[in-house]
Amino acid sequence: MWRYAIPVVLLLVLGAFFYRGLYLNPTFVESPLIGKPAPEFTLPDLENPEGTVGTEDIAGRYALLNVWATWCVECRHEHDFLLSLAESGMPIYGLNWKDERDKALEWLEVLGDPYVASAVDEIGDVAIDYGVYGAPETFLIGPDLTILAKHIGPLSTAIWEARFAPLIESHHGAP
Amino acid sequence: MPALTRLRALARGASTLAMAALLALGAALHAQEIVEGFEDPALDARYRDLIHEIRCMKCQNQSIAESPIDQAADIRRLVRVLMVDGLSDAEIRAYLAERYGDFINYRPPFKPSTWLLWSAPVILLAGGAFVFARVLRERMGQPLDEDIDR
Repeated sequence: MWRYAIPVVLLLVLGAFFYRGLYLNPTFVESPLIGKPAPEFTLPDLENPEGTVGTEDIAGRYALLNVWATWCVECRHEHDFLLSLAESGMPIYGLNWKDERDKALEWLEVLGDPYVASAVDEIGDVAIDYGVYGAPETFLIGPDLTILAKHIGPLSTAIWEARFAPLIESHHGAP
Repeated sequence: MPALTRLRALARGASTLAMAALLALGAALHAQEIVEGFEDPALDARYRDLIHEIRCMKCQNQSIAESPIDQAADIRRLVRVLMVDGLSDAEIRAYLAERYGDFINYRPPFKPSTWLLWSAPVILLAGGAFVFARVLRERMGQPLDEDIDR
């Protein structure tokens, strides 16, 4: 009577899918940009409005591009980690996304500035090119301007160790 | 007792009214779709069709036409810009998918990672038809139920 096993097997397969679905994070969407060249941009520098910040500045070494804004609560949560990362020598570039310059400058003054420089993306065009939809988002960019990894949500030591650090170490020594 | 009953009825009436007001408010809030668009009716219709098929990546269960958030407005603006640039619907969808992934399109293209998604209805229907046909054929060989027979 193997035919009676068919519905049971189907049910088990379905159950397995549903069970797996319970623990998936639907907000985690793999970026199609991984392994592709970082979209080029040149934007005004937050701290020096006359100057610019762009992909040209980022090229040449491993660097992070961190999308942040003062309206972004989670950005505050990752700020201390970014400060410690910057202190350890990792170059971090900011993409100040749809923010106000005064508030952004105040944020950096009060909380500390982990960024080599922050690019001002006032209307959000560059953010769209990077597939950004919720700050904070962080990209690991290689010396040749290839996007190596992307993290959506606040960075932490655990995420850094698990997802970003191994990619850097596989290319050369410690960051 | 009658006073209490009347009070209850009043309370029930009031809560019904409050619920109705809430529902109406919800509907009103939901109905506030974006007003931006094109003067040209044909272009405008194309634009509206398109934004109803592009996912708001932040809200996920809403299209960018329905989402009130700022990021959806940015994508809508981009769609209008690309349309003015002369891109076709397919090109605009591809443009967005290059940046956000196929997930942004409610109708992702048919390719290795989506073939199961697209063909699942056909596969399930065929499976159902197969089982149905087998059961039917099997039963046709059996005598009719006694109750009906009599």
